[in-house]
Amino acid sequence: MTPTRDQKFWMYEKMVISRYLEESIEKIYLEGKKPIFNMANGPIPGEMHLSNGQEPCAVGVCAHLKPSDVVTSTHRPHHVAVAKGVDLKKMVAEIFGKRTGLSGGRGGHMHIFDPSVNFACSGIIGQGMGPAVGAALSRKMQGKDGVAVAYIGEGAVNQGAFHEALNLAAVWKLPFITIIEDNAWGISVAKAQSTAVPDNSVRAQAYGMPGYQVRNNDTYEIFRVAGEAIERARNGGGPSLIEIETSRLAGHFMGDAEGYRPKGELQALRARDPIPAMRARLMAEEGLSEADDAMLVASYRAIVDEAVAFARNSEDPAGEEALQHVFA
Amino acid sequence: MTAQAAAPANERRLTIARAMAESIAQEMRTDPSVFVMGEDIGQLGGVFGNTRGLIEEFGSERIRDTPISETAFMGAAVGAASDGMRLVVELMFVDFFGVCFDAIYNSMAKNVYFSGGNVKVPVVLMTSTGGGYSDGGQHSQCLYGTFAHLPGMKVVVPSNAYDAKGLMTSSIRDDSPVIYMFHKGLQGMGWLGTEPGATVHVPEEAYAIPFGKAAVVRKGTDVTIVSVGMGVHQGLKAAEKLAAEGVQAEVIDLRTLVPLDRDTVFDSVAKTGRLIVIDEDYKSYGLSGEIIATIAERDISVLKASPQRVAYPDIPIPFARSMEQYALPNADKIVSAFRNMKRTRTWRWL
Repeated sequence: MTPTRDQKFWMYEKMVISRYLEESIEKIYLEGKKPIFNMANGPIPGEMHLSNGQEPCAVGVCAHLKPSDVVTSTHRPHHVAVAKGVDLKKMVAEIFGKRTGLSGGRGGHMHIFDPSVNFACSGIIGQGMGPAVGAALSRKMQGKDGVAVAYIGEGAVNQGAFHEALNLAAVWKLPFITIIEDNAWGISVAKAQSTAVPDNSVRAQAYGMPGYQVRNNDTYEIFRVAGEAIERARNGGGPSLIEIETSRLAGHFMGDAEGYRPKGELQALRARDPIPAMRARLMAEEGLSEADDAMLVASYRAIVDEAVAFARNSEDPAGEEALQHVFA
Repeated sequence: MTAQAAAPANERRLTIARAMAESIAQEMRTDPSVFVMGEDIGQLGGVFGNTRGLIEEFGSERIRDTPISETAFMGAAVGAASDGMRLVVELMFVDFFGVCFDAIYNSMAKNVYFSGGNVKVPVVLMTSTGGGYSDGGQHSQCLYGTFAHLPGMKVVVPSNAYDAKGLMTSSIRDDSPVIYMFHKGLQGMGWLGTEPGATVHVPEEAYAIPFGKAAVVRKGTDVTIVSVGMGVHQGLKAAEKLAAEGVQAEVIDLRTLVPLDRDTVFDSVAKTGRLIVIDEDYKSYGLSGEIIATIAERDISVLKASPQRVAYPDIPIPFARSMEQYALPNADKIVSAFRNMKRTRTWRWL
């Protein structure tokens, strides 16, 4: 399964939007936090987990999904949200904690919920698994179209929730796929230090489901493997597990000094940045010119700039709005 | 009790277990999105009988036995409920909450808020509580305060079959998570021993009891006894004993802890001037303190004596019968609490 021309350009667009969003957030996040870094200050307070480098995991999978399909994501959710079609203006406003945000500022960047495209998050490691399995169960029981995809990091595979949910999805043969974004680091702990097997796709065997490993953050290969798994799930073939070797080009969170990274690792990862690689493919395969690319990138960036302006210009919620929406 | 008093000639006495199952069945007949999930809730009909007969009518898709994987199926309940289904999910013993509390508290209870009200989470988490039959410290707790303390979950505790049915109906129809806590000693399972007062007349047709409305189950003028679940029956027994001494106790069944009917409690204490709270959950930082604080905050001057609590001591639940019975609330302890109260200095609010 190879992407069509339209799919290639769609993936490129979402990758560029996602990266430029993160770069924009990175700049804005530091406003008010210099010279002394205090997480509580600035227009975007709180923890910030950026997804730079992990865009292929988002677009290669979401290229096969419809708005009606369900995705649960992690504490590092922006790239997946962009690819799933979450309303960008409302999402950025939520990241700023504004009244116009997806939840009016009650959730923040780790709690992005957009039911119009069936997107949800949990900031707790591995805990998006159960809800995605439940959504898959709901679709099966209702006889409704749709698959559910749970994104987790490679650090989450050692959580009980991961194993329980895989067993449940398999024993009920649900339209469920888990995507393990292996960025090699669980905050500061390397995969080899925390995980008994180098390749988590082997864990799929324990639950009688197909397991795949995609190496080198390869957008096309992710697209191919995810396409197979999603098609099988849509056709009643049950769940799959896909581990993707990806790269975290930023710290675990903004402010992370990353002293744990071996020297030269980041430079090596940046040299394999998936976005220039995707651009090169479009140039080689689809005749994208430098001039057209510049135009496209400018138009993608304008979308992000508009969302950021919307967020900046939105009002803060009044303090007492915190008391609303505890119950449905 | 009010429900019993209203019993007609064609009395239809049900256990709480049967009343719960009847409500679930009626809601499932009218709403195809309702289904039940949990351990041993299918062929077995639930360890405490509250899904008995349902698999025969609705089949194993909608009466769905799960693996012993509370983390996964509580999480799945959240996902299915956010996707248009309505779930009744059983946590066999409330004591098992530790293996799935993230799904319950960080997702089920918070997703409505995190979505600014855009996501609904219609889950009824029904779970057994209470001891008294030597099941040890991991199968006998109540944990009312644990769940009621944390925002985002409604908390229901029926004391009799009439309420059990009406509260279950309201729980299933609610768009927010509801923790439905039934006491094993009221359930009507022969092997657990059952408080007879819990088995009462239950109308056959579906009905809903609104949340946040306490029931005054015995009228009185001299002291207010407040509780839920098993404590209500102990309060009623204590009231009988006190009546023999000429003391008229008013007994209030809170029925729901979230929302809490503070008005009914306050109005009663304003009338009687005396308050005893019974709680089979641990004493400190819980229901008994919350009820007393409700009075103290609103108008402490209505109190003629210091309030008393008959609650579980702050110890893990012991196995040996002698020790467990020593620790549990009972009618005699409530009568003693009233006598203590009479001995406390009557003071005047200035």
